[in-house]
Amino acid sequence: MEIIEMGALALGSAIRRREIGVREAAQSYLDAIEAKDSELHCYNTVCREEALKRADEVQKGIDNGTYTSPLAGVPVGIKDNICTKGIKTTCSSKILSNFVPTYDATVVQKLRDAGLVPLGKLNMDEFAMGSTTETSFTGPTHNPWDVSRVPGGSSGGAAAAVAARLAPITLGSDTGGSIRQPASFCGVSGLKPTYGAVSRYGLVAYASSLDQIGPLAHDAADCAALFAEIEGKDKMDGTSMENPKFDFTAATTASLAGKTIGLPADYFGEGLSSEVRAAVEAAAKTCEELGAKVETFPMPIVKYAVPAYYIIACAEACSNLSRYDGIKYGYRSEHAENLMETYVKTRSEGFGMEVKRRIMLGNFVLSSGYYDAYYNKALKAKKLIQQSFFEAFEKYDMLLGPVAPTTALKLGESLSDPLKMYLGDIYTVMINIAGVPSMALPCGFDKAGLPVGMQFIGKPFCEAEILSAAAAFQQATDFHKQSPQER
Amino acid sequence: MQIDKELVTYLETLGRIALSEEQRAETEKDLQSILDYIDTLNELDTDGVEPASHSFPVANVVREDEVTNTARAEEILQNAPDSREGCFAVPKTVE
Repeated sequence: MEIIEMGALALGSAIRRREIGVREAAQSYLDAIEAKDSELHCYNTVCREEALKRADEVQKGIDNGTYTSPLAGVPVGIKDNICTKGIKTTCSSKILSNFVPTYDATVVQKLRDAGLVPLGKLNMDEFAMGSTTETSFTGPTHNPWDVSRVPGGSSGGAAAAVAARLAPITLGSDTGGSIRQPASFCGVSGLKPTYGAVSRYGLVAYASSLDQIGPLAHDAADCAALFAEIEGKDKMDGTSMENPKFDFTAATTASLAGKTIGLPADYFGEGLSSEVRAAVEAAAKTCEELGAKVETFPMPIVKYAVPAYYIIACAEACSNLSRYDGIKYGYRSEHAENLMETYVKTRSEGFGMEVKRRIMLGNFVLSSGYYDAYYNKALKAKKLIQQSFFEAFEKYDMLLGPVAPTTALKLGESLSDPLKMYLGDIYTVMINIAGVPSMALPCGFDKAGLPVGMQFIGKPFCEAEILSAAAAFQQATDFHKQSPQER
Repeated sequence: MQIDKELVTYLETLGRIALSEEQRAETEKDLQSILDYIDTLNELDTDGVEPASHSFPVANVVREDEVTNTARAEEILQNAPDSREGCFAVPKTVE
């Protein structure tokens, strides 16, 4: 098997057996990026020399027993909103286009400590605001299954790179679906961990009460392996929590036997494409055949998730993005005469339209006279959404539903209509509001040959349980084994 | 909720953003359609519901107030658009 067709754990295992060298692995991916990324644009920055130099160091470390992780020597791609010391971190925004962090995010430090080899920084929607990767200042990423279509977003580069075999495994971030929806559009697996399960120190903040970092990979087992490296409490992130429940062995032991799975009826209502519905319903059947008990239940709160999400996310975004003022780092307008003009012109020239829209919407819902009617109302809706999940989890071990109402859209289709793009987030944003984990994985293809994704939604800190369920589904099916290259 | 040009201009000021006339008209239309949709939230009965903050019950996180960062001013100033004598430099603010 070609190196770039191997999954992360398989590659790590071949490296440990000395069948493949760490430099050879990195070089294979760098060659693939060189050959294909001018068409797909998964990467904002490729770290050729650093990757090869690091590969040699890691090889020595594996040879002398320093690196013992199952992923030691495996190349990894990193979303461009996760700080990397000495490597540009742009958030795909003009305003950070020249920003070089002076420190590593905790997750990046953990990857380095485990001996993974960073290949570069992956394209995304500007500041993770978008569901198509089209709001990127560096231009859109193309879906490897059909280059006239979007890869989803905001972690579009991270998902497309795994699908196109330009990285065996990547790190993305998920605020309202940004790992799971591109994973679904690109036919790869992706985990949005529990809020607090992974440190966000060094993740450029979008909406702090919702943001989480997680892995994207060929399958659930590879996601479990990377999650095992990055999870855990970090003194640099006060919201991170110890997770005594996570067990890597349990996560990679595939089983659905005896599990009770709830299908939220409102995840299968109006707006869901018939092909996505058919694929997810067939997957639910497969789960039953694998020993799970599957039952449909009502979850009427679903229809309020998108409004609540956009209020909360934009409110937090307008506060988080107030730091970009052209003074301490990043882009500064050259057309300003005084300090106020420096702020206004820097921000007007530096942010794209979607970011400006969300800043303005955020300022609106927080402004006096509207705070109670919008922001406070959304926080009450958040409470009810959390309660709906807790009630569901009293009856079910996990929930199963589609990730997105459709398969990948054509480039340009949703850019002109922001509301249409927001409505595509209906099945993902609730999970972030409730803070629970969710595992997205491929479960079929539509007539156009585009991948369909589903998600197992778990109880807080029960990543092992949904990873194990996904692994069981993947043992029984081969949707995750298909790649755009073979079609 | 009715959005008008005046409100858009006010939101630009709050966000330290200046839109072109064309962007302002476009934004008025987009914010209107987004808020019309957001207003469906009014159908949800939230009487007596406490607003949620954190997803899980967590106690306050405290630590000793110790200096742990090192002197890295020079390194940090490398990212500054303009710096002088070890400080961030800004345009003149007082006439």
